[in-house]
Amino acid sequence: MHVDREGALRAAGEWDARYARGGALPPLAGLPVAVKDIICTAGMPTTCGSRILAGWVPPYDATVVSRLKDAGAVIVGKTNLDEFAMGSSTENSGFGPTRNPWDPQRVPGGSSGGSAAAVAAGMIPLALGTDTGGSIRQPAGFTSIVGMKPTYGRVSRYGLVAFASSLDQVGPMARTVADAALLLHVIAGRDPKDSTSVDIPVEDYAGTLPRSVRGLRIGIAREAFGQGLQGDVGEAVHAAAAHLGSLGAVLTEVSLPSIPYALPTYYLLATSEASANLARYDGVQYGLRVPTDDLFTMYTRTRRQGFGSEVKRRIMLGTYALSAGYYEGFFLKAQRVRTLIRREFLQALDAVDLVLMPVSPTVPFRLGEKVDDPLQMYLADIYTIPVNLAGLPGISVPCGFSSGLPIGLQLIGKPFDEATVLRAAFAYEQGTEWHTRRPPVVGQSRSQAVAEVHKRDRATARPRRAPKRKRR
Amino acid sequence: MSTQATGVEFETVIGLEIHVQLLTASKMFCACPVTFGAPPNTLVCPVCLGLPGSLPVLNRKAVDLGLRTAVALGCTAQPTSQFHRKNYYYPDLPKNYQITQYRYKVHPPLATDGSLEIPKEGNLVPGGTGRLRIGIRRVHLEEDTGRLVHAEQHGRIRYSLIDFNRSGVPLMEIVTEPELRSPQEARTFLVLLRAVLQAIEVSTGKMEEGSLRCDANVSLRRPGAALGIRTEVKNMNSLRSVERALAYEVERQRAVLDRGQSVEQETRHWDERRGITFSSRTKEEAQDYRYFPEPDLVPIAVAPPWVAQVRASLPELPEAKRRRYVETYGLPEHDAELLTSSAAMARFFEETVRLFPHPKAACNWLVGDISAYLNAAGKEIDGLPVTPAHLAELLQLVERGAISGRTAKEIVAEMLAQGRRPEVIVGERGLTQISDEEALARIVDEVLAEHTGPVSEYRAGRTQALTFLVGQVMKKTRGRANPEMANRLLKEKLKS
Repeated sequence: MHVDREGALRAAGEWDARYARGGALPPLAGLPVAVKDIICTAGMPTTCGSRILAGWVPPYDATVVSRLKDAGAVIVGKTNLDEFAMGSSTENSGFGPTRNPWDPQRVPGGSSGGSAAAVAAGMIPLALGTDTGGSIRQPAGFTSIVGMKPTYGRVSRYGLVAFASSLDQVGPMARTVADAALLLHVIAGRDPKDSTSVDIPVEDYAGTLPRSVRGLRIGIAREAFGQGLQGDVGEAVHAAAAHLGSLGAVLTEVSLPSIPYALPTYYLLATSEASANLARYDGVQYGLRVPTDDLFTMYTRTRRQGFGSEVKRRIMLGTYALSAGYYEGFFLKAQRVRTLIRREFLQALDAVDLVLMPVSPTVPFRLGEKVDDPLQMYLADIYTIPVNLAGLPGISVPCGFSSGLPIGLQLIGKPFDEATVLRAAFAYEQGTEWHTRRPPVVGQSRSQAVAEVHKRDRATARPRRAPKRKRR
Repeated sequence: MSTQATGVEFETVIGLEIHVQLLTASKMFCACPVTFGAPPNTLVCPVCLGLPGSLPVLNRKAVDLGLRTAVALGCTAQPTSQFHRKNYYYPDLPKNYQITQYRYKVHPPLATDGSLEIPKEGNLVPGGTGRLRIGIRRVHLEEDTGRLVHAEQHGRIRYSLIDFNRSGVPLMEIVTEPELRSPQEARTFLVLLRAVLQAIEVSTGKMEEGSLRCDANVSLRRPGAALGIRTEVKNMNSLRSVERALAYEVERQRAVLDRGQSVEQETRHWDERRGITFSSRTKEEAQDYRYFPEPDLVPIAVAPPWVAQVRASLPELPEAKRRRYVETYGLPEHDAELLTSSAAMARFFEETVRLFPHPKAACNWLVGDISAYLNAAGKEIDGLPVTPAHLAELLQLVERGAISGRTAKEIVAEMLAQGRRPEVIVGERGLTQISDEEALARIVDEVLAEHTGPVSEYRAGRTQALTFLVGQVMKKTRGRANPEMANRLLKEKLKS
């Protein structure tokens, strides 16, 4: 979305100079990091993938960004996403889609598809994503990288432009578990600017990684292996569980019967919160304004023109769920179901240390395949959404391929027990080679890669409609 | 108040919603300072501008002030309470939702179920007929909006500007039960509530400056019947306009009912200049605010020790003060009520009494001449340069006979308005009372010589002639003669 070439080179130069002088350096000194374009960066545009914020430059850094800078990171630029993080394919971006480095005809997942593709393609070693219903883990799984959603409250949301405040979390995306642990350690911890961030000490994640998983109890979520799961995805995830078993982990089965209710619950709560969070984009103070004679028309024209169709759909859903006469039946009921889901997960996690399931029911789908069918698109997050509702930490680790397309393994931990999640993921990663594979674009020049994409586009038998974004 | 008309008697039912600006140093959800009169948009940050990504953090002091109010009004502080988002679009509301508290049972506001005592029928003057407890339904916290400034040309708005300095300023809303029975009771309730808020240092309570704002729900009903359809009256900017607006609205509703029509549920605006209320929003246009719990804030947890600490830190409240003034100072009930109906007045009184321990004398001046002066000037006593030391000095001058009561009345206005010492004023004007017996005896002799007629009348037994002669002594001395001494000297000389 934006590359801060000059700023990044200048910052990198400063770190080079400090390195040359010798002495202690902060943990991310000189390391390039990309930031999902829904996280505020002072002096750098922050669009949220939306035309309504095109050109808006925040006057302040998100807490995660200032923590990155304090740790020596060089913020290279901003990555593409589904508009306001609403989507599972990065096709909903107001500035065009991102493609999957493993197959440019396929989506990289979403909404943090830009960060995922950049890391997978080797453009950047570390990136920040955000995860409201799977937006870090699903694209990580689709691009064969590591992506983690921390416990709700683990990482400050100050400066993360809100989609659904009670679900949003910032998290690390990286090529390896160790890199993700390093990045999480920098951004985690209580922030007085975010009342929902929690004052629980941040563990030394990198230090605990090498510890054995022997005796670790891992529960395979029964309900996650039923209808709708692509066969070889299920096999790969089962094989990953078996591998963890061979490392000494104790495998059992756990039941989470409310999982099927997670999707409708999520689409009531997330949309309700979004309907209020996105009310501020009205053309008054910042961003797009469609000028007219009267206030009401300015509001409606600005929002009609500025928002894409998925964002409008969700604002309408949320507004409806909160309306007089529907609040009890929709919003309140969904809140109760959310409590139930959380309780179920916590009960399961009394008996086991981790819950294991797939990240997504399928491998990456084709661009345009689901844009006209929101329900199919929503189902892509069926295994990630419950974890957001329960507020738990979850990670996606590469665990195989199906016809050259990545498959992700999801491990879910107890509240604020990121360390155990990372340790198990690390043990699995060290015993497998999936994370060492690189997509075909790696090593290609930019022009080579573009030519390749065009050639493939022409060769695609199935005529594909352009990613939808109605222009009025 | 009962309204008699065409044989049908209606009872007035009024409930108030009062917004109070809290005396915090910073805003409700950010560190921006709360000060007035700063240049537009200079007291702002990403949070109170509602910039994308910003998050609110609750000001603990605001909760503390809310709890002080709750305890002072005898409310139950809720162990946990929750903020909500109230959704509506308006340019002075940067997020297009207001963070406030809502009345849901599952998410209660800060405090509920208290009361405040007022004199029946709102009588703050002698002759009241008892006291009345007005229920407080709830006390909750919320953020203020920004302020729109309209640029007008030829009576039409050309464009509007927004000043966000006020955006996020802490507000407290106090909602009464519909238990006020007349506009006068409503006014008195506000006066006494304001005295409480000032005493506990929660707010300046100045309606004219907007730090105390009041909306009212008004309806009429037959005594004993269910509540009638109500209207909500807004835009009342002073105590006087509250009373006027409510009186107008009561009469308007009575006229509607007298015609056999029914009152429409609506919001009505008070027009101070025209002295009327007019419909500003009907029930059909009523907004659905789609309240839901604010996910960016954790619930407010108020543990019993916090409430106990607040309770222990509260000063004496006006009601207790009133009783103390009656019981220990022996002041009349209505004087005590008046003195305690303003925190500034009560402080002034007590400080004066500390310097000059004659409560009754201090009280008489404060509820008499001084109150009259304040009412005429439309001011509070702390808005004047006068200090309790000035009043104590004036009382001392009278006490030791240095000036007459009449002289004191003459100089009190100057003392109040200019904050000058009474002794200095008296000295400058040569108003010192003549208590020198020799000097006064000479004047008495002159008077007796000049008015032989009344002298013979007195000697013939018409004793009222003495009053005339005293008056003449006063006239000659321009009121400075010690009246008792003049009296005595006249009598002595008339006998001889």
